[in-house]
Amino acid sequence: MTHGTNRNRTVSAEGVARVEGEGSLRVVVHDGTVSEVSLDIFEPPRYFEAMLIGRHYSEAPDITARICGICPVAYQLTACAAMEDALGIVVSDRVQVLRRLLYCGEWIQSHALHVYLLHAPDFLKCQDAVELAERQPSVIERGLALKRTGNLIMETVGGRAVHPVNVRVGGFYSAPEPEAIAALTAPLERALDDALATVQWVAGFDFPAVTGAYRFVALRQDGRYAIDSGRPGSSDGLDVTPQRFAELSVEEHVARSTALHARLDGRSYLTGPLARYALSGSLLPEVVRDAARKAGLGETCANPFQSIVVRALEIAFACHEALRLVAQYEPPVPAADLGITRAGVGTGVTEAPRGLLLHQYEIDGDGNIVRARITPPTSQNQLTIEEDLRRVVEGGLELDDDDLQWRCEQAVRNHDPCISCAAHFLDVVVEHA
Amino acid sequence: MSVDTVVERPTLAVWKFASCDGCQLSLLDLEPELLAITRAVRIAHFTEMTRAHVEGPYDISLVEGSITTDDDVARILEVRAQSRYLVTIGACAATGGIQALRNFVEPGAFPAMVYAHPDYLRALDTSTPVSAHVAVDYELRGCPIDRFQLLEVLLALLAHRRPIVATHSVCQECKARGTVCLAVSGESACLGPVTRAGCNALCPSIGRGCFGCFGPSEGANVTSLMQWLRSHGHDEVTLARSLQTFNAAAPAFRDAATNLGATKVTIGTTAHSRKDES
Repeated sequence: MTHGTNRNRTVSAEGVARVEGEGSLRVVVHDGTVSEVSLDIFEPPRYFEAMLIGRHYSEAPDITARICGICPVAYQLTACAAMEDALGIVVSDRVQVLRRLLYCGEWIQSHALHVYLLHAPDFLKCQDAVELAERQPSVIERGLALKRTGNLIMETVGGRAVHPVNVRVGGFYSAPEPEAIAALTAPLERALDDALATVQWVAGFDFPAVTGAYRFVALRQDGRYAIDSGRPGSSDGLDVTPQRFAELSVEEHVARSTALHARLDGRSYLTGPLARYALSGSLLPEVVRDAARKAGLGETCANPFQSIVVRALEIAFACHEALRLVAQYEPPVPAADLGITRAGVGTGVTEAPRGLLLHQYEIDGDGNIVRARITPPTSQNQLTIEEDLRRVVEGGLELDDDDLQWRCEQAVRNHDPCISCAAHFLDVVVEHA
Repeated sequence: MSVDTVVERPTLAVWKFASCDGCQLSLLDLEPELLAITRAVRIAHFTEMTRAHVEGPYDISLVEGSITTDDDVARILEVRAQSRYLVTIGACAATGGIQALRNFVEPGAFPAMVYAHPDYLRALDTSTPVSAHVAVDYELRGCPIDRFQLLEVLLALLAHRRPIVATHSVCQECKARGTVCLAVSGESACLGPVTRAGCNALCPSIGRGCFGCFGPSEGANVTSLMQWLRSHGHDEVTLARSLQTFNAAAPAFRDAATNLGATKVTIGTTAHSRKDES
C-alpha cells in the first residue's frame, strides 16, 4: 500500500511475500526525504534460548534446528561447534569433510530456493515462480533440479532435507556408505553446469543502480571460502576469535523494533553472500571466478540487487566444493555418546546461507545448558536492510506507488531475510501514517 | 492439458502461525511434482511463495504452526470460515510444537529469560494446537512432515477420498525395512513403539533411537514403554526429556512425562528456579 504525493508519502507492505517468516515494511517520506524506515517482524516469539535452559548439551543441535526449516544444518552444525568448543572436543578430518558436504547441500538448496522461487520473479515482473514457469518452464525446471540436488545431499548425509537426523555433537550417528556418497557425483556435475548457467541467466537481469556503503562481516578460513568454520573478519580490518566477536556483537531490544538488532562496535554491518564474496572471493575456484568476471562483477559487489548473482556464484562454488569433498570421502567412525561432562562456555560460528550464525552456550558440570545465546544472520542484517530501504526509496521517488512498493519489497528480499530465524521476536503493531 | 484450459482449478491457501517454515517448505521440496501441483490447484495464498493474494473462500487450506497470540486466535477462526478443507501440517499445528514447552512453566517465565522488556510482547502464555480452536479436517504429523504424505493428502482431497496415511507406530516401519530393533537391543531409548509412522523409521535405520518427532501413535501406551525403558537402565531425566521435545504437549507424551516426575527434572522448572535465585 502506498499513498500520498511523490514527495510526501508512506510506503507499506503488510506480509512481505517470498521471505521466510512474517514481516512487514514501512517507509515514510516527508519533503522528498525519508523520515522513517522500518522492517517489522510480527512473527510470534518462540523463546528458544529459554527452552534450551536445563537441557543436555547433546539436545541442542536438534532443538535449535527447529528455529528454521530452511537452514536447519546451519543451526545443527553451529550448535555442535559451540558444544565441542565448550567440551574441548576436536573432531576428525573425516567428520569435517562430511559436515562440510552436508553444509554444501544446504547452501545449494537454500540458495536455489531463493534465486529461482523467491528472488528472480522480481526482476522479471512476475508475482511468483509459477507465473515465471509459464513463461520460461525450462528455467524453473533447472532451478528445481538444482534445489533437488542440494536436498539429495542433505538426504544422503543427514537422512532428510528438513531437520536432518544424523548430526550429533562429536560427529554423526552413522557414516554413509562410500557408494551412496559416490552416487552424488553425477547429479553434482550436472548441478555445477546448471549453476554456471544460472549465473549467466541472472547476470542479464536489469539491476537498479544502488550502491550500499556496507561494512561486510564474514568468517575467513585459511585458503578456503569459509562455510563450516573460520574466524570472524570485516572489510574494515576486524579479525577476531569467535569469542571476541560474541563480545563485540551486541543485540539491543528497542521499543519500536521487531527483533533484537545486532551492532558491532555500535555500528550496523552486513553478513551473507555479499560479505563472503568481498572477504574471500579470491579463494573461489577458478571456474567460479571466471563466471564472476563474465557476469561483470569486480572483487567486491556493493549493489544489493546483484546479490542474486553472488548467490548463484555460491551455488556453483558449493557444487564444485561438494564434488571435491565427495572425491575424498572416507567414512568417519560414528560418534558414540561422548560421556564427557565438564563445565564451560563454548562459542560456535558458521556461515549459514544467509550469513554468519553465532551460538554460545554455558554448560554446567552435569552437561546441562545454563545459558544460551543464538545470534542469527537476519538480526545482524536488519539495520543494514533498513538502510538499504532508505537508499532505495530516496533513489526511487520518481516511481509510481505500486512500483516503489515492489522495489522496497525487492530490497528486503535482496538479503533473503529469514524471519523465522531471527530467534528473538516481538509482536508489533504496524502503524499507518 | 494447457494452463489456459484449467480455469476451474480448486484453490489452495497456505497459512503460517508459530513455526519454522519447514513444513510449508516441504511443499516446495516436491521439486519434480511442484509444477504439476500448480497446474492441478490454483495457489490463492502462500506468502512464502507469491506476492499474489486471492480472496477466499478456499477449497483447501494448509495450516502450519501453533496458536500463540490473540491475533492468531482470531486469524485461525477466519481461515476456518474461509476453507472447505482445513488440513494442518506438522507437529506445531497438531500438538503445539516445541514452543509448547512454555505451557509447562509459570506464565511469563520464558519471555523474561529472553527479552530485556517482556512488556513489549503480546504473546499468549500457551502454545496450542489448531484443533484447540477450530475443527480440523485432517492433521498431518511430523517435525517436519513427510513430503510424500503431503502429496498423498493433496491427491486424496482433490479426488474427494480419504488420505491413506498410516496411524500405526514406527515399529512396523522398522520391521518392514528389516532394521534391527534398537529398543530390544537396549542400545538406545527408542520411542518407536509409541511414535506415529511416516518417516519410514529413519532414525533407527541409522542406529539412532526414534525421538518421537511424529508424535504419539494411535492408542500408544507411553507410560508402559517408559517403565520398560527405566527397567532397562535408562534414567528418568533422559526419558522425560525425550518426551518433552517437538510434541511435548501431545496428551500421551505430556502425561507420561508427568508420570516420570517431569516437573521436577525438566527445562522450565529448572530455568525458572534458577532465575528466582539470581
